[in-house]
Amino acid sequence: MKKLARQVLFYGALIGVWALIARLHIWPPYLFPPPWGVAQALRDGFADHSFWIGIAVTMKRMLIGYSLSVVLGMILGLGVSSSKFLEETLGGLLVSLQSLPSICWIPLAVLWFGLTEKAILFVVLMGSLLSVTIAMEDGRKQMPKIYGMAGRNLGASGFRLFWSVLLPASLPFIVNGMKQGWAFAWRSLIQAEMIFLSLGLGQLLMMGRDLSDMNQVLAVMILIIVLGYLVDGLIFRTMERRLQEKYGLTA
Amino acid sequence: MSASPQSSYPPVVPPMPRRPAVRVNLFQGKGVASVPELPLGEVVVPKVALDSISLSYKTTKGERLLALDEINLEVKPGEFVCVVGPSGCGKSTLLHLIAGLHAQTAGNVLVDGKPVTGPGTDRILIFQELGLFPWLTVAGNVEFGMKMKNVPKAEREEKIQYFLRLVQLSKFRNSYIHQLSGGMRQRVALARALATEPDVLLMDEPFAALDAQTRDLLHDELERIWAETGSTIIFVTHNVREAARLADRVVLLTFRPGRVKQEFRVNLPRPRHMEHPDVTRMARTVLDCLREEIDKSREVEYADEKAR
Repeated sequence: MKKLARQVLFYGALIGVWALIARLHIWPPYLFPPPWGVAQALRDGFADHSFWIGIAVTMKRMLIGYSLSVVLGMILGLGVSSSKFLEETLGGLLVSLQSLPSICWIPLAVLWFGLTEKAILFVVLMGSLLSVTIAMEDGRKQMPKIYGMAGRNLGASGFRLFWSVLLPASLPFIVNGMKQGWAFAWRSLIQAEMIFLSLGLGQLLMMGRDLSDMNQVLAVMILIIVLGYLVDGLIFRTMERRLQEKYGLTA
Repeated sequence: MSASPQSSYPPVVPPMPRRPAVRVNLFQGKGVASVPELPLGEVVVPKVALDSISLSYKTTKGERLLALDEINLEVKPGEFVCVVGPSGCGKSTLLHLIAGLHAQTAGNVLVDGKPVTGPGTDRILIFQELGLFPWLTVAGNVEFGMKMKNVPKAEREEKIQYFLRLVQLSKFRNSYIHQLSGGMRQRVALARALATEPDVLLMDEPFAALDAQTRDLLHDELERIWAETGSTIIFVTHNVREAARLADRVVLLTFRPGRVKQEFRVNLPRPRHMEHPDVTRMARTVLDCLREEIDKSREVEYADEKAR
């Protein structure tokens, strides 16, 4: 409860300072939008459904692109971690590719798929696939060997060893990889949406820019932060904490 | 080889004699040798036989290191053997070989006269770190081996109840591993191992990390469970008193490479106590022999230190 009070106080003060500076009229409102202007933009955005549509479109892309990259990433990660040859060849390539911001794929994506949904999904996939793959690979390596040995000792082998022992044993690492993958996918998607007409949140933000409506720009930014936090901070972190407790990873 | 399990699981803890009942009766008797003498001329196929086992491996520097050197050992059905030796003598490795988790460089591990080619639920190893599955409940852990053996659901449930009662953890069947104390985890590991009904139980310093009281308690329990199930137990420890407390026979290994240095027969009545003068005297005898090996291992460690 104390924690909540402190947080309310902090955010209240933050908005207060923001309002105060806006009141002083140091900069014109179109350069420094006041909190009430942003609040109005949020209200309008939801009232004319443009924000609802933006959220729906963005979340739908997110779900498709992210699911794809989780499935592919797990397969790739398992492959790379279970074969010395793949690890030395493909593994190195994946790590080096990860240093490439996913937005760099846009020119190629547009060339290959045109200004379509597919191009956006491609960018999202490239953004999060690698981090999921690498997290899976790390997870397989960091997983305590004792579980595999105990499983074999108790008569598990082949697919059942994988399904009943190796998979659950690496679950904390898998969730960690999924969390990272989500964060990367989210960033890539918003970036990609800002590039062309796409109906998503990214485009709403760019529309604000084109109309010099900084209230809307900030309103959309807040939406992106809140949505990102809801999924990452609440869903994933709760899942991670529960798992760590159950697996005895926290003291 | 394994006894028919179905009839031996009424809800109340029953003895499951796979061995001559003599052993069980010993607990009422006093001053009787713990291993029944076999009639002359009777040939018993050893439960586990190590036939000139050697193991060498490459170190990171690329040298070949001989860990185990021509180990010969025969363990009778129902016998409780403790293997002691200084750290680094390869005693844990020996258990891994018997369990079939690693392959030896030379020689054969024979169980009931047949060579071991891989892991099998007739030999269950209780690891030093236990390796209990944190994603399963206590009951789930105990059930695991039976699931892998495709034991039907109803029978699994009966056995879970039976073995949890045997290790006195019935109340904790739905707990997760992280919620248990060290001693309770040991007992879960024991129940999980026993539930697959192994003929041979391999135990790798299972009580090393426990406090003295818990350990004493588990010694009593292990002795009782051993009598009830009739398993053959090979128990690795560096604690000679523990070995004298538990074993029918103590096998002493040398330091690097591991060889069988000496065997001690422990003809003391059961149930035993760690503080009993006879047990202490026995431990003393083993320790005198072991000390030489410990000194050797120290010298090597110091030499490693100097080499740096």
